[in-house]
Amino acid sequence: MTKKKAKVINEIKVSFPSLSENERFSRLAVSGFASQLDPQVDEISDIKTAVSEAVTNSIVHAYKNEIGKIELVARIYDDNKIYIKIKDHGCGIPDVKKAMEPLFTTSPEEERAGLGFAVMESFMDKLRVISKEGKGTSVILTKKLRTKLDK
Amino acid sequence: MGLKIYDEVEEKSKLTAFLSGEIDHHSAKEIRKEIDINVQKLNPTNLYLDFSKVDFMDSSGIGLVMGRYKLQSERGGKVFIQNPPPLIKKVMLVAGINKLAKIVSIDVPLSEMQKAKESAQNSDKLSVQAESAEISVQSGSSDKDNNSDENIKKET
Repeated sequence: MTKKKAKVINEIKVSFPSLSENERFSRLAVSGFASQLDPQVDEISDIKTAVSEAVTNSIVHAYKNEIGKIELVARIYDDNKIYIKIKDHGCGIPDVKKAMEPLFTTSPEEERAGLGFAVMESFMDKLRVISKEGKGTSVILTKKLRTKLDK
Repeated sequence: MGLKIYDEVEEKSKLTAFLSGEIDHHSAKEIRKEIDINVQKLNPTNLYLDFSKVDFMDSSGIGLVMGRYKLQSERGGKVFIQNPPPLIKKVMLVAGINKLAKIVSIDVPLSEMQKAKESAQNSDKLSVQAESAEISVQSGSSDKDNNSDENIKKET
């Protein structure tokens, strides 16, 4: 995932139950953690939106009829990159490729737009989805932030 | 979450819902309930969703607009997205929601904002019960509002 020379300079691990109240908590936790990279307002907003999408997916889809555990790992690398992994042990996605198609949703009655992955993809540099039916899903998001010299 | 609704213009043809705070999957349910109750009551042709006080939105906000668009279309009405801040607009453009609901920027007169605020003061406290939202029906100032469509600047 990362270039061999980039070193991890900080890491957090948080786990929380799949309650919709935690959508807000999770994006604020990541935005607080990312703040040490001195990001721009738009970068923080992009990260918050992507995290919110991933966590909402776990709450709405992975743990549809139950409350389960969501594990969030975030790392900062010395090349100004942030890595975020959102993992659940829910139902898994039978067809990841299909799930990632814009406007595809299995919950239209809940007014889910089917744009979660599309938003994550466009707001972050990289999106990786690893899923196994019955086992769970991991979503890995990475983004390289503009360095102070770029600003 | 906060929702401020008031009826504008004569013959109840326009309803503006002032959304505020953060729109995510958790908060969207209440917001849409409150909007739909008021749309049913007032039967507006045009539903304006004002995003100027929204600080955060993910694709749940897109779902919210899509859902209202669907309902308004069934009733022969339209939905407009009013004054979204740049970062909120970014999410909307990624989703292409502007193809369903036009994004407009409208100068909301201070007096109207104030009225909306006052009418929402009670409903904010009781926002859990969407039915308690108070609506102040404004009449008399419709002359000025009649022209508001001409003042709408289309954004690209």
